[in-house]
Amino acid sequence: MFTFILKRLGQSVLVMAVVSAISFSLFNFVGDPVNNMVGQDATREQRLEIREALGLDDPITTQYARFMGNALQGEFGLSYRIKQPVDELILARLPATLELVFVSALIALVIGIGLGVYTGIRRKSWVSRTILSTSLIGVSLPTFIIGISLIYIFAVWLRWLPSSGRSGTVELGWWKTSFLTIDGWRSIILPAITLSLFQLTLILRLVRAEMLEVMRTDFIKFARARGLSERAINFTHALRNTLVPVITIIGLNIGGLIAFSVITETVFQWPGTGLMFIQAVDFVDVPIMAAYLVFVALLFVAINLVVDILYMFVDPRIRLGD
Amino acid sequence: MNEAPTRWQRIRESDITHSFLSSPGAMIAAAITVACILTAFLAPLIAPFDPFDPAQISLWDGKLPPAWAEGGQPQYLLGTDNQGRDMLSTILYGGRLSIIVGLAAVALGMVLGVMLGVISGYVGGTADAVIMRIADVQLTIPGILLAILINGIGRAALPLDMREEFAIYVVIIAIGLTDWPQFARVARGATLVEANKEYVQAARVIGLPSWLIMVRHVLPNTLRPVLVIATIGLALAIISEATLSFLGQGIPPTTPSLGTLIRVGNEYLFSGLWWITFFPAIALVVLVFAVNLLGDWMRDALNPKLR
Repeated sequence: MFTFILKRLGQSVLVMAVVSAISFSLFNFVGDPVNNMVGQDATREQRLEIREALGLDDPITTQYARFMGNALQGEFGLSYRIKQPVDELILARLPATLELVFVSALIALVIGIGLGVYTGIRRKSWVSRTILSTSLIGVSLPTFIIGISLIYIFAVWLRWLPSSGRSGTVELGWWKTSFLTIDGWRSIILPAITLSLFQLTLILRLVRAEMLEVMRTDFIKFARARGLSERAINFTHALRNTLVPVITIIGLNIGGLIAFSVITETVFQWPGTGLMFIQAVDFVDVPIMAAYLVFVALLFVAINLVVDILYMFVDPRIRLGD
Repeated sequence: MNEAPTRWQRIRESDITHSFLSSPGAMIAAAITVACILTAFLAPLIAPFDPFDPAQISLWDGKLPPAWAEGGQPQYLLGTDNQGRDMLSTILYGGRLSIIVGLAAVALGMVLGVMLGVISGYVGGTADAVIMRIADVQLTIPGILLAILINGIGRAALPLDMREEFAIYVVIIAIGLTDWPQFARVARGATLVEANKEYVQAARVIGLPSWLIMVRHVLPNTLRPVLVIATIGLALAIISEATLSFLGQGIPPTTPSLGTLIRVGNEYLFSGLWWITFFPAIALVVLVFAVNLLGDWMRDALNPKLR
């Protein structure tokens, strides 16, 4: 078990090393860093001075070591475009992304499990069938089409909700939150629904499949024979046994939410980290791109590590197998 | 007496044909897919206008609604966009670009993945461990995010004036590099099964070199499952391309794909010009849905376990 964790940990370190090497090479191969810092009319001496100051004349290994040293402390230098430290920019944008992901996960969980249980128990009713076939369409629609459809219906046509942006935020220290004002909730709801739909469908289908599976087992038949109420059977016996795979899927899908938040944030001009990356690509803002790359990799490595370890605790077969 | 069936007879009497003919969903999906691909490739012949010919475009005809709506003109069936281009023609040309990019990206991912998968399965050992570990790690990251990241790096690496020109290749490479692990896994699995069969062992005994056995004997037998992945992969690749283009990271507006058209139209949504974004979106959804259905059917039909 200990070796399993060590192995996974070693793998994670390897992945991070590769990703950081890629983001380091961005600085050298993408554009000329000196040109990005000074204007067109800078003299040759000024350029050389900056080259010297940035340490661009050092051997590549020294530069990489320096990059890694800084990256480990969360420093990626100044943004070429905004001229502010990249770590501060990311930290300032992080609450927007995290709150969006949090609300979406909540929507996906509550509605997904609810509908999954319902369609699992009443699997022959027409309501269940409608829910299932609608969910199939939901999966095959691209995220951005769902987003612009919602904008068109609720912002342009009905005029109930704002179409884009993140208004009504309140500052709690450095954390800007949308949760404390009605305006904040009004602007988060459309992007959150857009982001949650895909995960919601996945959870719904998974819970339904697991419910159908569990309902066939002997202990449910036995519970029926004991004369327990339907309610007790459905919720305490059946649902509880479906939750193990659901928890893992949810863990893994937090990564999916963050991935699709790049698209959702751009559709709704939501000022999070994903939108920042897209804008950074447009302006070849290498420090932001490099930092975002490392940030995303770190996130995925951490999520996978935690899910692997959790899985091992939940399912003894893995512990014995590896 | 018993003559060997001709190739046509074998195709006609195969269980796949039978399964196809008894599944109306699959037939509709195939018909729509073929129709989409045909109209897309015949776009220069059937489109009423050439959206890339400045002589045929006039700004005076810009932002016209569809022909049946008030103010619409009969020659522009689906209306015109902000630059006065006929929507129907731009959608046909745009669909062509989307399909070409999708096919190219899947082809790239397929070649790369099948090659690595067959090597992984046939050679085994360290090569297998390394290739499959990379595939595993890559599969933990959602494809669309990876495509956005690779595409972003590729775009940023190009000088500004070359970005538009090479955008299409960057997109193809980004999507292709994203979807190879699926192919590698399937090809590896099929290779492991084939490698133990007698004909492969016989080939080995004769003394054929490994690469020849891989290319000539193992590879053709892995193609069945690969075909299924490729069809589903095509739908995903078309979505990925549309998403990248919609984010402004893909095909430039000068030669728009469906995603680019939706992006451009989206800016006019608030002024009530719904048709500029609506029709390309419908075209995209129908195309993706048909390809997906086809892929689903193929997965069931070609899966021996389900028969």
